[in-house]
Amino acid sequence: MTHAIEAENLEKTFGGTVRALDGVSFAVEEGTVFGLLGPNGAGKTTAVRVLTTIVRPDAGAARVLGHDVVAEAGRVRSLIGLAGQYAAVDENLTGRENIFMVGRLNHLARDVATKRSGELLERFGLADAGDRTLKTYSGGMRRRLDLAAALVARPAVLFLDEPTTGLDLRSRNDLWEMIEGLVDGGTTVLLTTQYLEEADRLAHRVAVVDHGHVIAEGTPERLKADLGATVLAVGLSDPSTAARAAEILDKVGTKSPSIDGVSIELPVDDGPRSAMEALRLLDTQGVIPTTFVLREPSLDDVFLALTGKRTETDDEDADPSAADGSRGRKGARAGATTGGPR
Amino acid sequence: MTTTATTTEITTVSEGAPSPTDGGTRIGWAVADTLTVTWRNLIAYTRIPEFLFFSTVQPIMFVLLFRYVFGGAIHAPGGGPYVDYLMAGIFVQSVAFGSISTAVGLAEDLQKGLLERFRALPMARVAVLAGRTTADLVRNVFVVGIITGVGYAVGFRIGAGVPAFVLSLVLVLLFAYAMSWGFAVIGLSAPNSETAQVMAFPVLFPLVFASPAFVPVNSMPGWLQAFAVHQPVGVIIIATRALENGGPTAGPVVQALVWCAGLLVVFVPFAIRQYRRRA
Repeated sequence: MTHAIEAENLEKTFGGTVRALDGVSFAVEEGTVFGLLGPNGAGKTTAVRVLTTIVRPDAGAARVLGHDVVAEAGRVRSLIGLAGQYAAVDENLTGRENIFMVGRLNHLARDVATKRSGELLERFGLADAGDRTLKTYSGGMRRRLDLAAALVARPAVLFLDEPTTGLDLRSRNDLWEMIEGLVDGGTTVLLTTQYLEEADRLAHRVAVVDHGHVIAEGTPERLKADLGATVLAVGLSDPSTAARAAEILDKVGTKSPSIDGVSIELPVDDGPRSAMEALRLLDTQGVIPTTFVLREPSLDDVFLALTGKRTETDDEDADPSAADGSRGRKGARAGATTGGPR
Repeated sequence: MTTTATTTEITTVSEGAPSPTDGGTRIGWAVADTLTVTWRNLIAYTRIPEFLFFSTVQPIMFVLLFRYVFGGAIHAPGGGPYVDYLMAGIFVQSVAFGSISTAVGLAEDLQKGLLERFRALPMARVAVLAGRTTADLVRNVFVVGIITGVGYAVGFRIGAGVPAFVLSLVLVLLFAYAMSWGFAVIGLSAPNSETAQVMAFPVLFPLVFASPAFVPVNSMPGWLQAFAVHQPVGVIIIATRALENGGPTAGPVVQALVWCAGLLVVFVPFAIRQYRRRA
């Protein structure tokens, strides 16, 4: 058996109406990072809560290192670590005390828990802050501490629920490096994220989740290839010109362009070459674009490609692209808020 | 079977951390986990000195208010000094209001996702609640000690000997512990800590004030008298007062113990059930 995590047809309904999981299945190989990618409310967090024994599934089964999460919940708990979006740390305790507490509750001996606290503070760059209460920590520091506490008993399987949501770019990068370090050490990681970039960077395999279903699964490379590696976004002066431009560029992309008012978007295989071809075609037809951008695909693009719909998330605050503005992802976000299904 | 191989490996890497599922040691772990959670809650109290300060200031203000403002107008039954009558009421009232902090603390932990993390840990389930109520018991020991000192300063004297007085405080603390479990239920049912606080108040207010805490019940209407002397806060106050001031103790103390046991029997399982449902 090489699967560290197995989920089979998990179903979970909350309050009789909210169907959070609607038959989710996936398997994670030992020593790899598996990404659950999807918008808010897709069911990612519920999947993690089932796998970490916090809630019982209504139907289906799940195993962690061969142990059933319902029947052998106690065993599973002693094998896993959990850290996440809502850094579950006690802000009245110091960083060191938080890790020590989680260590003791994992039944580490007092001296072992003390030693591990020191090691982990060092490793996560919190040695200087270790004896301050968490009230003084920044968001990034709290996430790091949360991760450190999750690792105190050296879990074989680690669950990270949106570990970088809401963090600034630099804190995200720091955290990514730390997660990469873990995987080198052989830990199996299940990660949920809203960011294609994060899944792309950290995960060996990715399952895209929407409305409690897995709608696609594969390596990040594969997903991106299916989608077209790059998105070409062209802005035009008016809607009729946009429609004309979409017609002209129909053969340039891997799929037909989508029109959203005065702008069109199309997935392309070879960015620069496609861009040159697109400009040439537009030029010969006498169409002059107002904007012309090549950008990396976002989760929105994955969803558009897979479902024909934009993601239905309205949680703008959680999107760091709004803050870092890298590589034109703002454009995608704007499309998500104003554009409907084509 | 490869499964076994995997498990063995894991145990080795976790530095020989013993498995919590090893039959006979389960109770040992439950105690150890409870102590860890108690430690955590007590540390948190020391980090908010304002909380400790104000949770003792309020009972002190009640002592002064009733001793010097209202006390002159109230005649203690039996003709003794009013302050001696008052102190039993103050002790019970203080720990009763203090038990709101059990509700608030749990609601806060729930809100912050801390209880959720606890659920993913291999710790004993009961430790979260037992650790919280134990920490609040320790805090109450501290509060009761301070009130005793303040009471002495304003003229309170023990009427029935030190052992009976110590016993009265033990009864007050036992009652406080039972109340904590009741408020744990409220804390785990409230959507957030602010609501937990306002939910606790209407429960406590009639129990504390429709009682012989501050005034003799004989000025109350008959139906209210019946309530005042039979509801738990009233019964505990009567027993505490008997132990502190002298008088027949056996009957009231037995009644008080029955109430404490009854509250624990109902609220401990109820709180645990609510914890399973909410956290």
